[in-house]
Amino acid sequence: MGEFLSLREAVARYVEDGQTLALEGFTHLIPFAAGHEIIRQQRRDLTLVRMTPDLVYDQLIGAGCARKLIFGWGGNPGVGSLHRMRDAVENQFPRPLEVEEHSHAGLAERWRAGAAGLPFGVLRGYVGTSLADHTKTIASISCPFTGEELTAVPAINPDVGIIHAQQADRDGNVMYWGITGVQKECVLASCHSIVTVEEVVDELAVRTGGVVLPAWAVDAVAVVPGGAHPSYAHDYSDRDNDFYAAWDPIGRSRDAFAEWLAGVVEGES
Amino acid sequence: MSRGNDNGQWTSDEMMTVAAARELGDEAVCFVGIGLPSTAANVARRMHAPNAVLIYESGCIGSRPDHLPASIGDGVLSESAVANVGVVEIFSYWLQAGRIDVGFLGAAQIDRFANINTTVIGPYDAPSVRLPGAGGAPEIAANCGEVIITLRHSRRAFVEELDFVTSLGHGTGNGCREQLGLRGQGPSAVISDLGVLRPDPATKELKLTSVHPGVSVDDVRDATGWDLQVADNYEVTPAPTFEELTVLRKLKAVS
Repeated sequence: MGEFLSLREAVARYVEDGQTLALEGFTHLIPFAAGHEIIRQQRRDLTLVRMTPDLVYDQLIGAGCARKLIFGWGGNPGVGSLHRMRDAVENQFPRPLEVEEHSHAGLAERWRAGAAGLPFGVLRGYVGTSLADHTKTIASISCPFTGEELTAVPAINPDVGIIHAQQADRDGNVMYWGITGVQKECVLASCHSIVTVEEVVDELAVRTGGVVLPAWAVDAVAVVPGGAHPSYAHDYSDRDNDFYAAWDPIGRSRDAFAEWLAGVVEGES
Repeated sequence: MSRGNDNGQWTSDEMMTVAAARELGDEAVCFVGIGLPSTAANVARRMHAPNAVLIYESGCIGSRPDHLPASIGDGVLSESAVANVGVVEIFSYWLQAGRIDVGFLGAAQIDRFANINTTVIGPYDAPSVRLPGAGGAPEIAANCGEVIITLRHSRRAFVEELDFVTSLGHGTGNGCREQLGLRGQGPSAVISDLGVLRPDPATKELKLTSVHPGVSVDDVRDATGWDLQVADNYEVTPAPTFEELTVLRKLKAVS
């Protein structure tokens, strides 16, 4: 229905403790502002799904919002580790974090199956790796037509999927372009969805590579200019590479992180 | 850290990048990892491989970046691409379907059969170091025609036994990939800052086939955590040319 809400209202209405949540966006269009609002509203026991946890999940994990992480690659791109995530995995701080680990190809198939309303996805993957030994959601399956051994992975269907897009029109139809990641699958696979947008326009222009999500396929639209910072929104902002570098010492230190967290909690949504 | 530099004209990292770039053939369709692989692939495209097609897992096909991308989803990759597709499509229709000739990967740890660990050091459930994890690498390693791996040499990186196999190289040796039904041929070269290792055709164990200028075989053996085999006719890698260094340094300067 593409209902326009403030970000605070959208998170308060749809995000609850104990849910499975996905904030997607592949380096580009990462919904940071929404992540910060979830931290402010102190949601707990979340299962967080994301191909690349990035800083946004480092922050949610450090803030104690998560009990489980389903992911493919958990680093600070071009910089190093996600130290809040590592502290949770290695030292159970601020609380233990269960991890369910996949490859990107496997997670992509999980998203596709979720969006398609199928119980599982199929791929040629994981064979010969240790991932299959440690991740229960990786299973072998025979093709019923050829007998070929393939790998099955279960669909992902989060309670709430959250993405950031460049534009919405006044009816709540959403458009994004540039690197489009798995955001379409995330919204379609999720029971509810929240989209933060850079701006509202009278009409969505035709754009090469543009993806449109019809208003009726989205629950809430919140106008949050700069809502992807320090990631970026193609044609609106550049990636703040300096912030990604500056995050390293913040994430490394529990004290520095606590200080950052206090600033977010005090911040306005 | 820079080492193996015999003349002060270039660093061992530059030698590694240039040697890795030379591995990429012109007109190869190449799935590129971020960091060293991306730098090497972009040097290759400016040197001997102007027609190489660079594909990034963020869905960018045929990217021709004018500076090095800071991340796999850098805007320059999509702006300079021939086509941008979603992440489901890039892995499914392009990688899995067998359309990629070369996978270009980095690694945290590697073993004698070029299996890769980027997941954990120590036990999985109580790791001493939690590394970033798999990302796109397992299926790049499985499904590309061949795989080129580049990483710096040390005993911490070239280990006797991996704590975790994130991406399969040649598994337990010759015939392993075929037995598992993998379609790609697996790693064809490992380029480090000390030399070049290639799988022995009969055993698939990595053999030192080339040392970089100023590096001795013993230097490489000392930095390798297993009893490294050395090819009888091993060579000295040609030093980086003036042109290669110029291209690499220009690329770094604008990035």
